[in-house]
Amino acid sequence: MRRIYLDYAATTPIDPRVLKTMTPYLRSVFGNPSSLHYEGIQAKNAIEQARQKVAQLIAAKPEEIIFTSGGTESNNFALKGIFYQFPRGEYQIITSSIEHHAILEPCKFLESLGCKVIYLPVDKDGLVNPEDVRKNLTSQTILVSIMHANNEMGAIQPIEEIGKIISEFKQKNNKSYPYFHTDAVQTAGHLPINVNDLGVDLLSMSAHKLYGPKGIGALYLKKGVKIKPFMHGGEQENNLRASTENVPAIVGFGKAAELAKENLEKEMKYLTGLRDDLINQLLNKIKNSQLNGHSVKRLPNNINVSIGGIEGEAMLVSLDLKGIACSTGSACSSNILKPSHVMMALGLEPEIAHGSLRFTLGRFTRKSEIDLTVKNLLPIVERLRKISPLKVI
Amino acid sequence: MFEQNPQLIDHFLHPRNVGKMENPDGLGHVGNPMCGDVMDLYIRVKDNKIIEAKFQTYGCAAAVASTSVLTELIIGKTIEEALEISHKKILDVLGQVPANKNHCTFLAEQALKLAIEDFQKKQK
Repeated sequence: MRRIYLDYAATTPIDPRVLKTMTPYLRSVFGNPSSLHYEGIQAKNAIEQARQKVAQLIAAKPEEIIFTSGGTESNNFALKGIFYQFPRGEYQIITSSIEHHAILEPCKFLESLGCKVIYLPVDKDGLVNPEDVRKNLTSQTILVSIMHANNEMGAIQPIEEIGKIISEFKQKNNKSYPYFHTDAVQTAGHLPINVNDLGVDLLSMSAHKLYGPKGIGALYLKKGVKIKPFMHGGEQENNLRASTENVPAIVGFGKAAELAKENLEKEMKYLTGLRDDLINQLLNKIKNSQLNGHSVKRLPNNINVSIGGIEGEAMLVSLDLKGIACSTGSACSSNILKPSHVMMALGLEPEIAHGSLRFTLGRFTRKSEIDLTVKNLLPIVERLRKISPLKVI
Repeated sequence: MFEQNPQLIDHFLHPRNVGKMENPDGLGHVGNPMCGDVMDLYIRVKDNKIIEAKFQTYGCAAAVASTSVLTELIIGKTIEEALEISHKKILDVLGQVPANKNHCTFLAEQALKLAIEDFQKKQK
C-alpha cells in the first residue's frame, strides 16, 4: 500500500539532495574537525560551510550558530544556560502555556531550583498577548521564551511585538536582560526568519523538521550574550558545547538549510494553498467540526481540526490502517489520559480537545493525497460516530 | 500502532453488538470525556441469563475493541458467570495491547459490574 504521510511536523523525510551531500562524510571524509592534519581540516571546513548556511537561513552571523543534538537540546541549553549565568538569587522566567515539552520540562526543572516561571495563557485562537509579557516583566525577569509557532495547532506568535516590548523594558531600566528566546523548531526553513527583526537573543532549530537528518540542531546565540556551556569537555563550538562534532549530520543540516532558503517563498505559497483546501474540505464535509488555532496567523502546513463526538486516536488508527499517517492531540495516545496541554490552553471542552486531528503537510505532499485523505476520513467519522454515545448536534 | 494485532483491529473496525438498547434491564456507564473514554453497556436479562448486550463507546481503538469483546463474552452467561469476567479475560481474547491501553479493559470490566449492579437494583 502506498502510504500518505501527513505528519511533517513530527519529522520530515530526508531530502535526497541532503542525503547525497552527507554521504561522503559517512564514508571517506571521516576526520575529526579538531585535528590539525588534512583529514581534520577537511571536516572542519565542511562544518564551517554548513554553519554559514544555517546562519543565512535566519539572517545571523556564522559565529552566532552553535550546533547541538537537536531542538530539545537547544531549548534546554537556552533556558538552563541563561539561568546558570546569573549568580544565586531570585529570578523569573516568562514563557507560555502552549510551549513544547522541551521548554515546559526544563522550566519545571528550573522551578525546582527556585526560579519562578510564569506561564502566559493564549486566546481562543492560540495566540499569546504581547501585553501579557509587558505586564509580567519585572527587574527579576532574566528570560522570556515564547515559541515562534505552535507545533500542534500552528498559531504563529507575535514574536516581533514581544521583542520590541522587551527591548523597551531593557532600555527604560538600562539593563542588558531579560534575554529573549524563541523555539523556532517548527518555523526555521518554513517561515522567513530574520533574528534581528524578531528581536531575539536565542533561537532553537532542528534539522529533521526541514528535511535534514535527525540528531542535529542549532542554537542561535546573539553575539555578546553570555551563556553557560551545556556540555563540558573539549573546546568545540567555541567552548560552549563539547563533544566531537557530528560532521555528516551538520553537513546535512547545512544543505537542508540552503534548500529551505532557496524554496521558502514558493513552498509557503504551495503549502498554504493545499492547507486551506484541506481545511475547507474537512469543515464543509464534516458537520460539527472546527478548526483549532488561528486561521491566518498559521503555519503554512498545519491543519488541526476537532471532530465532535469521536476521539482522535480512534480516527488516527483508522486512517493509519488506510495508509494515512497523521497525529492527534488526544492523550489517549500517550500515557497520560488528559488531552494535550495545547488543546486545553485554547479553552476547548475536553471531548473537543480529545477529538482533534492534526495533518501537517510538506514538500512532497500532493493535491491528490489531500483528496484521498478526505475521501478516507468521511466514512471513518461516520462509523465512529455510530459507535459513540456522545451525541453530535 | 495496532497492525500487529488482527484481533484488536477486527473488533475495532467491526465491533459486535453496537448500539443503544431501549428499556435495558441494566445500564453501566463509565468514564468521562476528560479521560477520553466513555462507555455505555446495556444488558437484557431473562431467567438470570444475559440474553442481549449492546454498547456505545467514545474512545480509542482499544476502548472500542474492549467493549466489543466484552459483549461477546457476556451474552449467554448467567449473572454469576458474568461477574466472574475480569479485564484479564478481555485481554485474553484481545491479545497483546500496549501497556498504556490496559485501562481500556479495566473500564470495560467496570461497565459490566455497573450494568449488573443496575440490573440487581431494579430487581429489588
